[in-house]
Amino acid sequence: MHPRHVLPLLLLLSLGGCSKAGGDGSNGETVTLLNVSYDPTRELYEDFNAAFAKHWEASQGRKLTVQQSHGGSGKQARAVIDGLEADVVTLALAYDVDMLHDKANLLPTDWQTRLPNNSAPYTSTIVFVVRKGNPKNIRDWDDLTRDGVSVITPNPKTSGGARWNYLAAWGYALRKPGGTEDSARAFVSRLFKNVPVLDSGARGSTTTFAERGLGDVLIAWENEALLLTHEVGKERFDIVAPSVSILAEPPVALVDRNADKRGTRAVAEAYLRYLYSDEGQEIAARHHYRPRSQTVAAKHAQDFPAVTLFTIDEAFGGWRKAQKAHFDDGGEFDRFSVAQAR
Amino acid sequence: MHVATFTPRHATRSLASPALLKWGLIATALGFLGVFLFVPLIAVFSYAFQKGADAWFAAIRTPESLAAIRLTLTAALISVPINLVFGLAASWLIARFQFPGRALLLTLIDLPFSISPVIAGLLFVLLFGRHGGLGPWLIEHGHPVLFAVPGIVLATLFVTFPFVAREVLPVLQAQGCDEEEAALTLGASGWRTFLQVTVPKVKWGVLYGVILCNARAMGEFGAVSVVSGHVRGVTTTLPLHAEILYNEYDFVGAFAVASLLTLLALATLVIKKYVEWRADAP
Repeated sequence: MHPRHVLPLLLLLSLGGCSKAGGDGSNGETVTLLNVSYDPTRELYEDFNAAFAKHWEASQGRKLTVQQSHGGSGKQARAVIDGLEADVVTLALAYDVDMLHDKANLLPTDWQTRLPNNSAPYTSTIVFVVRKGNPKNIRDWDDLTRDGVSVITPNPKTSGGARWNYLAAWGYALRKPGGTEDSARAFVSRLFKNVPVLDSGARGSTTTFAERGLGDVLIAWENEALLLTHEVGKERFDIVAPSVSILAEPPVALVDRNADKRGTRAVAEAYLRYLYSDEGQEIAARHHYRPRSQTVAAKHAQDFPAVTLFTIDEAFGGWRKAQKAHFDDGGEFDRFSVAQAR
Repeated sequence: MHVATFTPRHATRSLASPALLKWGLIATALGFLGVFLFVPLIAVFSYAFQKGADAWFAAIRTPESLAAIRLTLTAALISVPINLVFGLAASWLIARFQFPGRALLLTLIDLPFSISPVIAGLLFVLLFGRHGGLGPWLIEHGHPVLFAVPGIVLATLFVTFPFVAREVLPVLQAQGCDEEEAALTLGASGWRTFLQVTVPKVKWGVLYGVILCNARAMGEFGAVSVVSGHVRGVTTTLPLHAEILYNEYDFVGAFAVASLLTLLALATLVIKKYVEWRADAP
C-alpha cells in the first residue's frame, strides 16, 4: 500500500470511530444501570441482571441494560470516588461504601440502614480450600499456624476479601479460651508468616492456589471456594469449614448523587430491592451465597455447613473501628508485617 | 583484524573450534527464542482452540468481545493519525531548525517511553477525576473523560506518541537538507517542498513508525487499565477483556481474545518486514 492512500483511509476510519464512540446507550426506551461490584460476584450478577431486566420489562414495559464492572473492592470504591458513574455499588465490605460518603459525599452517612439486614441481601463466610484428600490434615484455624503449612490469602491492604480472612482469624483467636488482644496478635502474626505470596485481590489468590499450584490451603470466601470446586474441579480440591468464622456481609447501596444525576433512582432502588425477593435470593443461593430468606435458606441447607458465625460488630465494633485498628497505615497489620520483614 | 589484539591463548582457543562456537551460539539463540517466544505462542493458540474452532468463534462473537474489538480499533484509529501528524511535524521541526527549547522538546517526546504506563494512567486520574483539575467541571456537564471512551483514547495517545517522531527523526537527520534547499532555490514554496521533497524521502520511516504506534495502541494494558473503570462491553479494550475472561475461569475465551491480539501482532510483524524490505530496496 502506498502511504499516500494510507493517511486519508485512517482519517476516514477514525471519524467513523469517533461517531460510534459518542453514543452513551441511554437513547430511546432503553435504560442503563451501572453496577460497580467486587471480584467474585461476576457470575452472580450476570444471572441476576438478566432476571431483573426481564422482571423490569414485564412490570414497567421498559428495556433495561445493566452494565457491570468488577475488581478488587477497595479499587472499585476508589474508581467511583474518582468519577466512575455507578448507579449502585455492590461491594465486599461496608467500609468501602463508607468511603463513598467520606471522600466524595456520593451517598448519605446512614446508607446502611436504608435496606434490610444491614444492606447485605446475601452473606458468606470464610472457609479453607485444601488439596484433594487434605494431605496436610487442615481442620481448623490452628492448623494454619503450624510449621510447614503454606497459606494463600490476598493482601488486606488492597483486598476486601483478605480483610474478612484476617478478621476471621483474629476473631477466632479472641474467642479461644483465654484469648486476649495479645494472643490474637501473636496468632495472626504467626499465620501470616506462613503466607508466601500476597496477591492484590481475592481472584488473584484463587488463581495462585488453583492454577499456579502454590500453597497447601487457600483462605477464601465460601462462595468463591464453592465456585472453585464446582467450576475448576471437585476432584482437585476439598473445602474445610472451620469451627468458628466471621459472618461476611457484602453490602449493596444506591449511589444517590450519580443516580439522581442520571435519572435512574427508581430503577436502581428497585434493582437493589429485587435482590431480597425470592428470585433474587434463589439466584444468590445458586451462586453459593448464603441467602437471608429463611425459606430459600432451608431449601439450600445442605450446601452450607453449620459454622458458628460472629459478626464484625460483635468482635470489632464495626468496620470503621476494625479498619482503623488493623488496616490503616500504622495499624496492626503494618506493625507485624514490618516486624516480619526485619 | 580483531584477532591480532587478543592474547595468544585466547586466539588459539577461539580459532581452534570456530564451528563449535558458531553452533553453540546458534543453539543458544534458538533455544532462547523457543522457550520465550515459540512455546508461549503455541500455547496461546492451543489453549484458544482446545475446544475447537466453533468455541473460538463463539468467544469472539460475544457482544462484549465485539465491543472490545470496536473500542480497541477506535482507540488505535484516533491515536495513530494524530500521532502521525504530530510525529512528522515534531521530527521535521527538530531536524531542520535550531531554536531555544529544542533539546527540551526532544526530551518531552521521549517522556512516555521513560515513565511507567501506570503512572501515565494515574496522571489522567489526577487530571480528570472527580477531585482533579478538570474532572469536576467535565463530570457536571455530562462529558466524563475518565472511565469513559475519551479517557481510553487519551491514555493510548499518550503512551504511543513517541513512535512516529522517533522513527522519522533519524531518517531526516541522516538525509540532511541539501535537496530541500535546492527545491527552495528553484522556487518551490515551503509547503510544496515539504510535501514533494521531504515526505517522499521519509515515507518508509513514517510507515514504520505508524506500524509500531498501531501495535502499541492495540496492545496497551497498563495505562488503559487505570483509566478504564472496567465496565464490561463499554470501556474494556481487547487486552483488558482478555484479563477479565481469564479471571472468570473462561480460559478458552481469554485465550481466544489473546490469540486475536497475537494475530494482530503477527500481521504487524509481517507488514513491518515488508516495509523494511521495501525501504532497503529503493
